[in-house]
Amino acid sequence: MSGPAPCFPESPRWETDGTHRIPFAAYTSEEIHRRELERFFYRGHWCYAGLEAEIPEAGDFKRTSIGERSVILVRGADGAVHVVENVCAHRGMRFCRERHGRRKEFTCPYHQWSYALDGSLQGVPFRRGVRQDGQVHGGMPPDFRVEDHGLQKLKVARRGGVVFASFDPDVEPFEDFLGTAILGYFDRMFDGRRLRILGYNRQRIPGNWKLMQENIKDPYHPGLLHTWFVTFGLWRADNKSQLRMDARHRHAAMISTRGTGGKAGQVTQVSSFRETMSLHDPSFLDIVPEPWWGGPTAVMTTIFPSVILQQQVNSVSTRHIQPNGHGSFDFVWTHFGYEDDDDAMTRRRLTQANLFGPAGFVSADDGEVIEFSQQAFESKPFHRAVAELGGREVGDTEHMVTETLIRGMYRYWREVMEDDGGPR
Amino acid sequence: MKPAGLRFEDWLALTQLYADYASVVDSGNWDAWPEFFTEDCIYRLQPRENHERGFPLATLAFTSKGMLKDRVYGIRETLFHDPYYQRHVVGTPVVRGIEPGRFRCEANYAVFRTKLSDATTVFNVGRYLDLVVATPEGLRFASRECIYDSEMIPNSIIYPV
Repeated sequence: MSGPAPCFPESPRWETDGTHRIPFAAYTSEEIHRRELERFFYRGHWCYAGLEAEIPEAGDFKRTSIGERSVILVRGADGAVHVVENVCAHRGMRFCRERHGRRKEFTCPYHQWSYALDGSLQGVPFRRGVRQDGQVHGGMPPDFRVEDHGLQKLKVARRGGVVFASFDPDVEPFEDFLGTAILGYFDRMFDGRRLRILGYNRQRIPGNWKLMQENIKDPYHPGLLHTWFVTFGLWRADNKSQLRMDARHRHAAMISTRGTGGKAGQVTQVSSFRETMSLHDPSFLDIVPEPWWGGPTAVMTTIFPSVILQQQVNSVSTRHIQPNGHGSFDFVWTHFGYEDDDDAMTRRRLTQANLFGPAGFVSADDGEVIEFSQQAFESKPFHRAVAELGGREVGDTEHMVTETLIRGMYRYWREVMEDDGGPR
Repeated sequence: MKPAGLRFEDWLALTQLYADYASVVDSGNWDAWPEFFTEDCIYRLQPRENHERGFPLATLAFTSKGMLKDRVYGIRETLFHDPYYQRHVVGTPVVRGIEPGRFRCEANYAVFRTKLSDATTVFNVGRYLDLVVATPEGLRFASRECIYDSEMIPNSIIYPV
């Protein structure tokens, strides 16, 4: 007896060995989501923790997330940077409630267990019991060792003022994780100058976290969805551009050089495009090239799985992906500048920030399309998306009329997710 | 406590300004929104976190009426978004300071969002920090900062708060 295929397949069904048809079921299951957390966020990968400029002084901390686990990024008394899990070693309480601050130590309020800034347990009340009428009552067993009960300490990598962390003690070196090509774009943006934090934007996007990685691996949409970009030549199909990946295709950089503007209509194919559109206030586009760009006016770097590095002309930020279940993630933007910025450059970065973020002229609609994609995925998980622009293969290109980076990410995703644990 | 020197007519005009603003930003008549501002106005929509920690970044930061008009153009022509209704509930302004023709005011606000075929939700909650000035056309905002408590923007903010 045959009928329609089941609407709710038990697992994602890929039509081919390739990754140019992406099953909706990759976005709709808690089971797959937990496996992603396990295999991408908690094992074998470096995840974004923050910027050193957020914790400049000894004892400064920032509470943040890696995957769905709460962690604390903190600077020790000796200047070292630690990342520890926000779970008390005693009863498991998520004890750190402030989002930032300065401490000499961390204390869980429940039973006052206290930890040094590196997460080592240093104090346990009534550890040796209470002396009463010549007798000692209670206390921890004699073989209780504080050394065995610290906060979980993550492995930490620092480079150019950015801090990454991993729950996996066997994770490969950070530089190997990024690979030469992507490391080059990382170092371009974080070239050793001290960073100056400009502030945060936080949004909760009701869609699967991978959709945000895909959004920034998709150079097809900016010139079509973001009419604003098109008109001012910030992102056009005919811009000089390159797409680059690491050897495993998990990370990517979209590199673009702004065109000269004008006559955009010939290459946009956007029905809503207005040749005559002009700004009442041109300061949104008061763009001043900076020496460190080395040519490209925009480099968008996706570091799998946790962060996107944004340089769009003078606006620079990190965009941190913090999943909440398979159908939602928090997206935290940290905008910054550099120590040698003058006031005019700081103002310029802040003004151009109007283009980005949860209300941005060109970013607000990214969150919207992710939400509406997820809506359809949930209702029709047996179906699949098509990612065949530029072919069905995976590889670097010298143009942006391709979805190769998305195919590359899913090639890596399949390698890791379909690994049944056999010999490596 | 009423600041010394606040005349009844000024108070009436201020409360009318706040009510008119809420009415306009909920009406969908976006072109009327920039007209509440002076030419070299400041309009900022900023997370409370940045405001209190001294970080200058705002979610939207406009420094002229022209930028507000550009935002209106973006809302209408270039920003793809789910259509929604918004409804402002704005508290009575607190007048913090008075100089001739200038009023420093604050008011709490809550914005509810209703998407088509969906329930109404609390969208954005905060307070306005304002500088209101007298002009020949009436009271206008020389500066309006919307400092919002809401820790997570529910996906995106398109229309003016």
